Amino acid sequence: MKRDIVTSAIGIIVFTILLGLVYPLAITGVSELAFPGDASGQQIHLDGKLVGSKLIGQSFTSPVIAKNGKPEEKEGELVTEPDRRYFQTRPSATEGGADNAAASTFSNRGPNSVKTEEADAENIKAYLELNENPTTKTEYDPNLTVAKIPVDAVNTSASGLDPEISPANAWIQAYRVAAVRGLSRASVDGLIARYTAGRGLGFSGEEGVNVLELNLAVDRLSKGSD
Amino acid sequence: MTFAGWLTIVLFAVILTAVAFPLGGYMAKVYTGERVWLTPIFSGPERILYKALRVDSERGQDWKSYAKSLIVFSLAGWLLLYLILRTQDAFFVPHALNPLGYHSGPWNVTFNTVSSFMTNTNWQFYSGETTMSYLSQMIGLTVQNWLSAGIGIVVAVALVRGIVGRSGNSIGNFWQDLVRTILYVLAPLSVLAAIVLVSQGVIANFSTYLTAHTITGLTQTIAMGPVASQEAIKLLGTNGGGFFNTNSAHPFENPTQFTNFFEMLLVLMIPAALVFFYGRMTGNRRQGYAIYGAMMVMFLGAVAVAYIAEAHGSPAQHAAGLHTHVIAGSTGGNMEGKEQRFGIAGSALFDVVTTVTSCGAVNSAIESFTGIGGAVPFANLSASEVIFGGVGTGLYSILLYVLLAVFIGGLMVGRTPEWLGKKLEAREIKLAGLGILITPLAALFCTALASASKSGRASISEVASSVKLGVHTPQAFSETFYAYLSQANNNGSAFAGYTGFVQPNAGNLGSHGITFADLLGGFDMILARYAPIVFALAVAGALAGKRVTPAGLGTMRTDNPTFVVLLIGVIILVGALTFFPALLLGPIVQGLTGHLY
Repeated sequence: MKRDIVTSAIGIIVFTILLGLVYPLAITGVSELAFPGDASGQQIHLDGKLVGSKLIGQSFTSPVIAKNGKPEEKEGELVTEPDRRYFQTRPSATEGGADNAAASTFSNRGPNSVKTEEADAENIKAYLELNENPTTKTEYDPNLTVAKIPVDAVNTSASGLDPEISPANAWIQAYRVAAVRGLSRASVDGLIARYTAGRGLGFSGEEGVNVLELNLAVDRLSKGSD
Repeated sequence: MTFAGWLTIVLFAVILTAVAFPLGGYMAKVYTGERVWLTPIFSGPERILYKALRVDSERGQDWKSYAKSLIVFSLAGWLLLYLILRTQDAFFVPHALNPLGYHSGPWNVTFNTVSSFMTNTNWQFYSGETTMSYLSQMIGLTVQNWLSAGIGIVVAVALVRGIVGRSGNSIGNFWQDLVRTILYVLAPLSVLAAIVLVSQGVIANFSTYLTAHTITGLTQTIAMGPVASQEAIKLLGTNGGGFFNTNSAHPFENPTQFTNFFEMLLVLMIPAALVFFYGRMTGNRRQGYAIYGAMMVMFLGAVAVAYIAEAHGSPAQHAAGLHTHVIAGSTGGNMEGKEQRFGIAGSALFDVVTTVTSCGAVNSAIESFTGIGGAVPFANLSASEVIFGGVGTGLYSILLYVLLAVFIGGLMVGRTPEWLGKKLEAREIKLAGLGILITPLAALFCTALASASKSGRASISEVASSVKLGVHTPQAFSETFYAYLSQANNNGSAFAGYTGFVQPNAGNLGSHGITFADLLGGFDMILARYAPIVFALAVAGALAGKRVTPAGLGTMRTDNPTFVVLLIGVIILVGALTFFPALLLGPIVQGLTGHLY
């Protein structure tokens, strides 16, 4: 017994040093040398300023400006609305606003829950509104009906930080983005194809369009610099 | 459902087998002391470790001595981890390793977390990026990821030695087995996996959280950390405790379509290899193939059910008017709580991979799975994780079932049951029976206690709608049941609405645990981990000394398809009889109705 206690005490210290310090420090060190961009989170800079990570979903919403000229706040949080010039990411259930990358969380809404139905119905309505031309009151995508809305545009992602949307979701939003910006839809669809990640090894997972990269590319296209 | 989805599932089974087969052979060499290609590199460090630990690695231990070393060492790990987590904000922790200045968690949540990581459960009431310092994640949680995996594997190795042993009472040396597991099996795989993961986008740094200024004028804070090192061993050791709250759904833990596939392979690699290891150790590889076959049949069945159910979509989606069939450019199905890059097949497959093993890492929200899709992880857990199972735990658990199946088969044909030439007698059957039944007992007892008490119901996130209806909703019961079932099976995946931790602010300031859920869960995990380990080692001890008699005409074979069917039957019978009533009340009710609660 005494023998076991001595060995265990030494063992836990030795293994803590080897596996808890040497191992993570070595992996992190090698990674930062061999894959510096990946190890630090695939950061995207624009004009020297960090605008986000390629892997982390963001909200492309703008603060709503109240009548007094200041950003409107509700219960201490900024009130925002989707910026129609940009592709919008998937719904997110993180607290402290959507796509909170400091605290990822699931929605944990059940399959037979009234709360899920309500959230889905609300998101369907919001998606139709988002893609509606405010002057003509018709959808930018003439084929868009409830039946055509892709599930990923309505259901919250798992991490609350999904950086990708489905191609179907992007194609629908392309009508809006092209119209609002006065771009040709073909050129926007071309960008969607360029920023679509394929299936892993040709079969694993689903195709996904990286929204941040796509939006930056659309901005460049609008400025005529791409 | 799509062709690519089914193809993923089939190719996964094929590639897994192709990887596990040689790994099993390699492990057989490691544990019998044969020379392997890593011997020249690691034999030096191995000797130094024995010297540092003051162990005589050549001295064999009987089962009691083996179990004693294992339990004392686990206890030492428990104490150190508790100390580390409770002094997270102490003066000696360098700022760079706690850049956000997180405080220590409350005692009750820490009790749960420590018990959870020691037992390879990795059930998490806490959320990684909002409560844990980098130092705690490294020297605390990562270390237990290694050690709990190692302990699981050595028990399986010891049991196999007992089964095939021909001489005396020794079932091996605990310290030698542990050191070899870490050096020769876990370390090379883990380093390799971590590097591959980083190359795909899993982060590895000690940077403080980033602040990004988005192109629409918002700011976004992005959590960072030394993730890759922990991610690799989390998966390989079937631990499953995520660096981040959303685990392998978080893009920094599982960034691409490819990593999802790779991570699933990491989870099942060692559990599958151990089955081939068993075959080699018995000297008859077909013994391993038979068990592998039984596992694979149950595994693929579970995947198919989950995939079909999730692709169909949920009643809530349909009630809201959403169409869930496949259209061009969209996978359809129930995408609530799932990531676009994994889609339905990649989420359903991951879900089964993680719940047949004791991994519990998730890449999608299990709570948001459809009724039948959610019944699959329930069923996997109800089978006590013998379908591949956790590293080591899977093999030693299914071997107890094999023993039971041999016994039942023996009764059917009316002969004294014998297994690999050893006669099975009352003692072994009693020990195996206890080893099998203790986990369901713990799970059901805790569920009953938590469902029936006010303190238990405080943890349910579905409370609001339950109160409105004046009843327990099926989802609320599912949350509770899953929590204690998952903890008893040392799995750690969750219907994550169930909580034992209330955290108003990031960094543990003003946070408190829910003592009832924290302690009940903690004891649930410890009992259901160590009792089966002791029973498995006792079986090993009982079998080790038995004389081997050559197989006769009346011997029931344990390496043919008939036995595979018998084994599957016994597993399903025990699991179904034990859990069916409880399963009916939760997920199955929801799967059978379109009713919303």
